Amino acid sequence: MHAGRRLVLKGGIALAALVSFPRILLAAAWPDKAFSSTTAGQAMIDLLGTDQTTPSDQIRLKVPEIAENGAVVPVTISTSLENVESISIVVENNPRPLVATFEISPETLPDISSRIKMGETSDVMAVVKTDAGIFSTSKQVKVTIGGCGG
Amino acid sequence: MASKIKVKAKLSGDIAEIKTLMLHPMETGARKDPDTGALVPMHHITQLTLTKNGEPIVVANLSTAVAKNPYFSCKVRGAKAGDTLKISWVDNLGATDELETVLG
Repeated sequence: MHAGRRLVLKGGIALAALVSFPRILLAAAWPDKAFSSTTAGQAMIDLLGTDQTTPSDQIRLKVPEIAENGAVVPVTISTSLENVESISIVVENNPRPLVATFEISPETLPDISSRIKMGETSDVMAVVKTDAGIFSTSKQVKVTIGGCGG
Repeated sequence: MASKIKVKAKLSGDIAEIKTLMLHPMETGARKDPDTGALVPMHHITQLTLTKNGEPIVVANLSTAVAKNPYFSCKVRGAKAGDTLKISWVDNLGATDELETVLG
């Protein structure tokens, strides 16, 4: 009885030691459920376990004020927050709000750029996950011609 | 078949700036073929991986809402001339593509 408990404790400590090693980037499975979610809140719960984020002015989200072509909207996200694990792009009014999620290694600067599709005028949210929590900032992008193909 | 990935990698000090363009239709599945009127099936890159000397530096999960011919740029520390950078992707139909480049 006691030996068993000791074994479990030892295993737990060993596991904790593993987790405290420098974070190794693993190819996470494609987050199917999060990408299928039709609301931003649900997508974040599916992806990150919560839809609660801390607004942060340490995240710089660069998007056009007006996107002439919703099919190609440039997005640049950078942050001075430390120990960034992932950066995700959420477009509130897209049929499926979660657009992309980028997991970065510790040596990768939290500074990424890409181009996204927007169906209509919407808030674009940058969600940054660090070892201290989940932070976000958002900006509205006006879209004149929607880019989702419908 | 030749890779449909283009990459530019620039080294400044120990930071490598990587810019990549991947040719891919990124069909949402909601677009109608103008000739047939039928819906063009969803076809998009699902996962993009960048590695430096074999170690993953970025793993990106993408939806159909990433623009056609996805563009991605990032910066990585601890880089030096001779490092091998590899960009690879897989799409929802199981197709893959990859490109390696050596930092100059």
